[in-house]
Amino acid sequence: MMAMSWRLVVKDPQLAWLFCGVLGLLIVASAIGAVLARAAKTEGARATIDNLNARTRAWWKMCAIFALTLLVGRIGSLVLFSLLSLLALREYITLMPTRRADHRTLVWTFFFITPLQYYLIAIGWYGFFSIMIPAMAFLFIPTRIALSGDTHCFLERAAKIQFGLMICLYCLSYAPALLTLKIPGFEGRDARLLLYLVVVVQMTDVLKYVWGKTMGRHKIVPLVSPNKTWEGFLGGVLTATGLGAALWWATPFTPWQSAGMALAIAVAGAAGGLVMSAIKRDAGVKDFGAMIEGHGGILDRIDSLCFAAPVFFHLVRYYFEP
Amino acid sequence: MSAGVHPLANVIASVARGITGVQVRWQGCAPEVKQRIYFANHTSHLDFVVLWSALPDAVRARTRPVAAQDYWEAGVRAYLAQRVFRAVLIARGRAAQDGTAQDGAVHSKSDARPEAGDAKAAAAQVIDQLAAAMGETDSLIFFPEGTRGTGEAIAPFRSGLYYLAKKLPEVELVPVFLENLSRILPKGEVLPVPLMGVLTFGEPMRLGDGEEKPEFLERACAAVSGLRRKGQS
Repeated sequence: MMAMSWRLVVKDPQLAWLFCGVLGLLIVASAIGAVLARAAKTEGARATIDNLNARTRAWWKMCAIFALTLLVGRIGSLVLFSLLSLLALREYITLMPTRRADHRTLVWTFFFITPLQYYLIAIGWYGFFSIMIPAMAFLFIPTRIALSGDTHCFLERAAKIQFGLMICLYCLSYAPALLTLKIPGFEGRDARLLLYLVVVVQMTDVLKYVWGKTMGRHKIVPLVSPNKTWEGFLGGVLTATGLGAALWWATPFTPWQSAGMALAIAVAGAAGGLVMSAIKRDAGVKDFGAMIEGHGGILDRIDSLCFAAPVFFHLVRYYFEP
Repeated sequence: MSAGVHPLANVIASVARGITGVQVRWQGCAPEVKQRIYFANHTSHLDFVVLWSALPDAVRARTRPVAAQDYWEAGVRAYLAQRVFRAVLIARGRAAQDGTAQDGAVHSKSDARPEAGDAKAAAAQVIDQLAAAMGETDSLIFFPEGTRGTGEAIAPFRSGLYYLAKKLPEVELVPVFLENLSRILPKGEVLPVPLMGVLTFGEPMRLGDGEEKPEFLERACAAVSGLRRKGQS
């Protein structure tokens, strides 16, 4: 594996530069965290800085895992994202009041539909993986629930499972599906596209957090999330757009195209964060889980990615794949 | 007499922990090596393994489940129950069911009904057997509902817990609430759905002075259901 990874980096120095950039960011973030921790005086400030440093530590781990799987190649990314789908789906379904009669439907969802979707991406069958869930699984779920014979809240139960499938599985699976795109002049470099998407999405979240914490005044929808402010949103989206433009050299895009892509990714990601916040608020919880220190659950971390991935995939496919 | 933990037991416990991603909350007490009876609501085959897996190694080695003999005495089940988890298998049938019936109650409804006197004697024998199994060092995991429920409401506790508490007044009774495990692996299903469970250990209790059976059982049942997280139905 090491040899394989090494070859990939040598073959694709721009990918290596992207990794170096991420590494540099992590080092800077850890350094800032250490300085702030020393400066924090009040109890409240200390709690915020502790949480910030916990987040940074988790970022190190997440980046390491993501980088390793990316270097393994398409299989590595597919395995990683199918696990993420399963974990996200688990957090989501746990919050939903499914009934005893839904058990078999859920078994199908976890152990058949999820692997099938990633298998279809692994073999690059676009015509099927792009419709399997919205067309086939969509019909299968209510059918299987009807067969269980329990009609209590029937439509609600079916809709909740379908929504989970769409967000946690279908939308998220568009991220590794980027590796199946055939862009002329960009062969063998599609790992960069996935890295670009993830970096822009996650940096939007980080930048929104930074802008929101430092400048945030006007809340967007206080009833959904008191932490989302216009200052955070606009600052985050604009700086992420700038970052996207600055990363154009790693993509098949021109600087302006890259800025446009990053803008689309950032806005879609913000929508994802908002929608998932509304679901959490409705369920009466703050986070979907507690798996990632300082961040909450897996779904709390990837909500924006789930929304940005299909948008980015289809933009690239429409404009750049002949 | 606590032997080491069977290696397979630790493997099964890890797998069960992975599937259920269980969050463990020691709310009313800390994990300690002392004689206890952990009693919990019962909704899934996973209940015992998940509860046991939440204990530290030293406590695990000294904690045994109580299980129904007729359900766990043959084949693979027997191996798992007796060799791997060192279960205390108790006789059932109508007679003992009133005392300490456990899993698989459905499978033994056809047993002949002995006379009332026999029933009492058999129940007393089971309590003696459990006390002997605990000896001076071991703890038990016990499901006083007698059978797996649907996960919605906790069934009334059977009297076994009361008689055990009476016989062993110095042993701590620790209520445990298992949440969501019925959704992960409900009764009658073979394949689990890997949702997240929650396991809450409550404050240890004992039989009060002169406390009667119905009051005690009601108090024990309330202690378990009181551990449900707020806002969860």
